[in-house]
Amino acid sequence: MDVDVKDFNLDREITWCPGCGNFAIMDTLKNTLAGLGLSPHHVLVVAGIGQAGKMGQHMRANTLHVLHGRLLPVATGAGLVNDSLKVLAIGGDGDGYAEGGNHLIHAARRNIDITYMVHNNMIYGLTKGQASPTSEKSIKTPTTPQGNPLEGLNPVALLLGLKASFVARSFAGDKEQLGTILEKAIQKPGFAFIDILQQCPSFNKLNTFRWFKERVYDINEEGHDPSNLEEAFSLAQQWGEKIPTGIFFDDPNPRPVFREAVMGEMGSSVLSTDINPLDIKEIMEEHL
Amino acid sequence: MDVHDYSVKVGGEAGQGINTIASILSRSFADQGLHLFAYQDYYSRVRGGHNFYQVRTATYPVYTFSDNLEVLVALDKASLDLHAGELSPGGVIIYDKALEVETPGDNALPLPMAALGKEHGGKEVMGNSVAAGAAWQIMGGDQAVLEQTLGRLFQKKGSAVAEANLKAARAGADYANKNFSGQCNCRLQKGSRNKSLVLTGNEALALGALAAGCRFISSYPMTPASGVMQYMARQTHRLPLAYEQAEDEIAAINMSIGAANAGARAMVATSGGGFSLMVEGLSLAGMNETPLVIVLGQRPGPATGMATRTEQGDLLFALHAGSGEFPRAIFAPRTAEEAFWVATHAFNTAEKYQVPVFLMSDQHLADAYYTVEPFDLNEVVIDRGLIMSEDELAQIDTYDRYKITESGISPRAFMGQGSKCVMVPGNEHMESGYSTEDPVVRTTMQDKRMRKHKALAKEVKAPDSYGANNPDTILLTWGSSYGACREAVDKANRQGGKWQVVSFPQLWPFPGKETMRLIEKAGKLISVEMNSTGQLGRLLRVETGKQPDMAVLKYDGRPMNAAYVLRQIETGGVNPWM
Repeated sequence: MDVDVKDFNLDREITWCPGCGNFAIMDTLKNTLAGLGLSPHHVLVVAGIGQAGKMGQHMRANTLHVLHGRLLPVATGAGLVNDSLKVLAIGGDGDGYAEGGNHLIHAARRNIDITYMVHNNMIYGLTKGQASPTSEKSIKTPTTPQGNPLEGLNPVALLLGLKASFVARSFAGDKEQLGTILEKAIQKPGFAFIDILQQCPSFNKLNTFRWFKERVYDINEEGHDPSNLEEAFSLAQQWGEKIPTGIFFDDPNPRPVFREAVMGEMGSSVLSTDINPLDIKEIMEEHL
Repeated sequence: MDVHDYSVKVGGEAGQGINTIASILSRSFADQGLHLFAYQDYYSRVRGGHNFYQVRTATYPVYTFSDNLEVLVALDKASLDLHAGELSPGGVIIYDKALEVETPGDNALPLPMAALGKEHGGKEVMGNSVAAGAAWQIMGGDQAVLEQTLGRLFQKKGSAVAEANLKAARAGADYANKNFSGQCNCRLQKGSRNKSLVLTGNEALALGALAAGCRFISSYPMTPASGVMQYMARQTHRLPLAYEQAEDEIAAINMSIGAANAGARAMVATSGGGFSLMVEGLSLAGMNETPLVIVLGQRPGPATGMATRTEQGDLLFALHAGSGEFPRAIFAPRTAEEAFWVATHAFNTAEKYQVPVFLMSDQHLADAYYTVEPFDLNEVVIDRGLIMSEDELAQIDTYDRYKITESGISPRAFMGQGSKCVMVPGNEHMESGYSTEDPVVRTTMQDKRMRKHKALAKEVKAPDSYGANNPDTILLTWGSSYGACREAVDKANRQGGKWQVVSFPQLWPFPGKETMRLIEKAGKLISVEMNSTGQLGRLLRVETGKQPDMAVLKYDGRPMNAAYVLRQIETGGVNPWM
């Protein structure tokens, strides 16, 4: 089916700062969805809280703009009962790696059929510049005035450790790579995770667009085979002078997708079957 | 008066088989056409400790335990030490002969349970059926009924197991015949009831949810609500039902919010501690108008409290939980039968008004077994409220999820099931669902949501009264405490009193007018609750200005019965509202 990318436009004011990485990510996502022939009303965007979460207000699709950190459970419930939706979860690093950390672990374990995009600008944007779980050690922010005492979390290594079905990292400054990865992620059955590095021109003066641009390189172009989990682990340890991006892992033998695993043959009937109280007669009579 | 109202207590350590003995007897009472109330008193441990089951049977409905005890089946010494003194005059003790204790009087039968079990059933564990057979024989039950019950109970495990249990039970009965020389007050009659269901409050709630077409349940295990999710989890292979054990209660409620917005009837089940984690999600459901059913099985708090005990301490918590102001409904079934029907009604209420709805129970109701007439499933009403059809959606340019209406209810559309997108926010929003901070829109939207409270109030299930006409004393109660109050009223009225119990199947919106109509002429108004602060009495005062004259409260974690209520009233009760 032909889908016009403009169908995803919502005629509303966009509240991101000029130069924000979110513009490029949203454009790329809209293009990818249209390219895959997905209509907005067959897409569900579950968005968290933060600047990334505003994707749920800035593009046309079914949207569930939920509480901070809770996008994955909401996406799980919606996706489990409704197989006519392509479910995307979109949030930032604070939302996904701090408030939602527990949900992230279990969503990957469950292998729910969603694509999870984390806009990782290594800072809190919406609340004006506090440190996030991925902020660099020593960075000074309003909540780390003497410099961040902690090492940043390594989300790619974490997700590889969980053997998530699809693990990638991209950069908002490379729309071509991001588009390629998104297209594969959205088509991947099961849990597809993309950590998207992006600049925050207002609050992160350390990890700027230029800082990322000078460091990122594509591991797949350099020969990494996404079926090689051990090599993916080793690449995930790199950070600093060189930052690896691309598809780290694309499980060639993925676990069953969650809906099939939990519901088996009844899976597709949850919403398509009319409610009939007499269906429980047999169960009730077991109490006789 | 020939009172046919008997109780048997089965006591022992966790893991010794008291559940098996109690369930054989319970099912047999039901199959003999009698009413049943069986409750379990257990510790939060898997092995050891002292546990007991108290099974009460009568020719009339019973909803709590009594003070009588006709038969004690003791599997350990602690049961003798703790419960022999509770026996009514002429009570019988059946105890495990292997305990080698001094005989506790003439009216006792030392029963070689394990030995007879091994000899006649092939295994020592068959001693449970030996004990059940002996107890049934001594109580004067119909042997054919017991044998039929055993056959059905153990059929699942194969005919060899069923046969072995049958033989063991016969051996127990024979042994009692030959060796018990005492007298038992029980003369079990045939009851007049048709075949009834035997089920717990939890099972009745779960069954009601399934009848209502619940399509999604996500929960995290927590006593005493785990039984609801476990029951439903067992049905996913034969009903279109999705179930997930969440990583925590925060995830559980958010999963259900996702499922509900995607078109499914959805629910969660938890207890106070878990519900504490759900409060944030509850508030989201209030803002984005998600229909959601929350089973809140109460146990004593604060914090971990007492995991396996009972209380009614979370009424005002459920009522006020969540940031901001939003409409909700709170139902509190009083019996297992009502739990089924109220559960079906809760889903209709949730979807019709697009609000979170509570089904509040407590450990006493959740875990106790009741006999109930089979539910007439043709009577179950399904009302999904206002839903846009695909045709209606095709005729509009854009769909406004939060359309302003007179009732406050906006027609729903399910994501992916029509040609329009559905925008569901957590922020304050315009009709489209797009977020806004506009003060006028905010006020309009808050008013729209709260209009649903008025609509809910018009359809509230009113309290009802039981007992004497023109009463001079009214007991006001809710939830499972109804059982104790009903019986207290019966007892008082038999002695010439003019008492009534007024009780509430629904507590929010509070049926103030209906309540006042019932209680305004009461000489004495007594609030009876399983908590320490008199929460129902407090709610009554806030909503109507009327304060009960006194309260009967209990918060030791153990349920109340009629005798407790009467004793407290006699000694003046308490006033927790000073």
